[in-house]
Amino acid sequence: MPLTREQIASIAALARLDLSSSEIPIYQNSLSSILEFIGALEAADTANVVPMAHPLPGQSQRLRPDVVTESDHHEQYQANASQVAAGLYLVPKVIE
Amino acid sequence: MTDLHRKTLVELAAGLRARRFSSVELVRAYLERIEASQATLNAFISITGESALRDAQAADAALAAGAAGPLTGVPIAHKDLFCTQGVRTSCGSRMLDNFVSPYDATVVAKLKAAGAITLGKTNMDEFAMGSSNETSYYGPVRNPWNTGMVPGGSSGGSAAAVAARLAPVATATDTGGSIRQPAALCGVTGIKPTYGRVSRYGMVAFASSLDQGGVLATTAMDAALVLREMAGFDSNDSTSVDVPVPDYVAGLEQPLAGLKVGLLKEFFDKGLERRTEKCIREALRVYESLGAVLSEVSLPSLPLSVPVYYVVAPAECSSNLARFDGVRFGHRCANPRDLQDLYRRSRGEGFGAEVKRRIMTGTYVLSAGYFDAYYLKAQRVRQLINADFIRAFQSVDVLMGPTTPTPAFAIGAKTSDPVTMYLNDIYTIGANLAGLPAASIPCGFVEGLPVGLQIVGPHFSEARVLAVAHAFQRDTDWHSRVPRDYA
Repeated sequence: MPLTREQIASIAALARLDLSSSEIPIYQNSLSSILEFIGALEAADTANVVPMAHPLPGQSQRLRPDVVTESDHHEQYQANASQVAAGLYLVPKVIE
Repeated sequence: MTDLHRKTLVELAAGLRARRFSSVELVRAYLERIEASQATLNAFISITGESALRDAQAADAALAAGAAGPLTGVPIAHKDLFCTQGVRTSCGSRMLDNFVSPYDATVVAKLKAAGAITLGKTNMDEFAMGSSNETSYYGPVRNPWNTGMVPGGSSGGSAAAVAARLAPVATATDTGGSIRQPAALCGVTGIKPTYGRVSRYGMVAFASSLDQGGVLATTAMDAALVLREMAGFDSNDSTSVDVPVPDYVAGLEQPLAGLKVGLLKEFFDKGLERRTEKCIREALRVYESLGAVLSEVSLPSLPLSVPVYYVVAPAECSSNLARFDGVRFGHRCANPRDLQDLYRRSRGEGFGAEVKRRIMTGTYVLSAGYFDAYYLKAQRVRQLINADFIRAFQSVDVLMGPTTPTPAFAIGAKTSDPVTMYLNDIYTIGANLAGLPAASIPCGFVEGLPVGLQIVGPHFSEARVLAVAHAFQRDTDWHSRVPRDYA
């Protein structure tokens, strides 16, 4: 069943994506055909199959010693930000 | 010295050490070729000419002092998703058009340490999401064999650059075929190593359980030389694997006699274009003449690899790309009303149509009520595909088949239907899902467009895969063909 305008708008809201009204029908079409395409998985017999989380078996998350390895790069990092002041990233007011 | 671009990387490195030409001459020659090609091919997003010439002078000094590393003075291009300190790293996106990386990716740092000189950053599909290089914010790349055709993607700029001899080698990444598919379509050699073999640190993330860095080159020997320098454990990448890196160059001359080659039955399907199949069958006969023993192998779950991929990859992409929020780096919309408006408009404006499509697909398959039906189901089918490969490698050394169903297609031909575009990667995705090393090598032409043969090996068998590719290239000359306008 094709996705409705409302469904696309709700997915876009979850994904924090602003879509214009002309974009919505494009994604209605393409997401519906993608969902139909991936629907082929339904028929596969996966009873007792463990989901595969990692391509290499037996890997475990490594831990490193809890010591400081980084030096202060905040000026360099903040050079990429749109708005900074006094070493802080600025965003629109959140709490009135 | 007008023929420097016709030399392989191995020949260039030897020529530099013998002082037959200087690194400055070499870098200048490639920079001129890049500049002359840009209006037609659009293979580069950024050209770092000034720093390249500065580095070349330093390389010449090191060569004169006898202090050269394996790649000292040799030029290289980086796909624009590898972070390069002080140089824009755009990932082909408006979102990162203004992003200057504060650090080098491990791959970039390692190649620098080996002496390689960066010519520039190559064009690519936006965030590596595409199979034709048409989703780039910086415009499509054109195929040097026929400029009406796509170069493949997502590493289309790197593949076109190597094919047109704008760089002797280029780095690339492969999440669902993004090294092998453009290698096939542009007539170059590409290898995607085992998942975890090459560090992902500083590679802009798309789908973290699939992404793997690799090389595009004109020969398997050149790819072996560069991969030897790129590969290895990195504590900065939590999925980097601590397995020693063999000397891929020294391993190239393994004899092929008795090599058991499995022909992937599912790859010789009705979607495989007839003349492309003919090139592949002829390449297989070359292997037989070299002593390989061919047999057909069936991987029954493999036809589901594309649907699995289009659940897993968008799911991981929607999580990874959540970091682009317009706050700390990347595009920010003008005059946001509030924080939600800042997020939504920055992302809506910064991402192109295909990236939004994948983020939304991923958001949907991960959302409450759909997670089990799509994501978990896909991860279970992925396990079946992986088991198929493991079973196959119990009876054969490598698997072979076509890299793509057809040669390069026309620019614009598949942009209107995403599913048709996704099916381009039907033969390449399996290796990503199972984390296997896989290469594509040129093995013929159909109407002037290159065809690629794919070689897939078990985990950590890069040395074998490269040796198998090298044996073919010792016996054939498809890899040394150069597009007419770039000869």
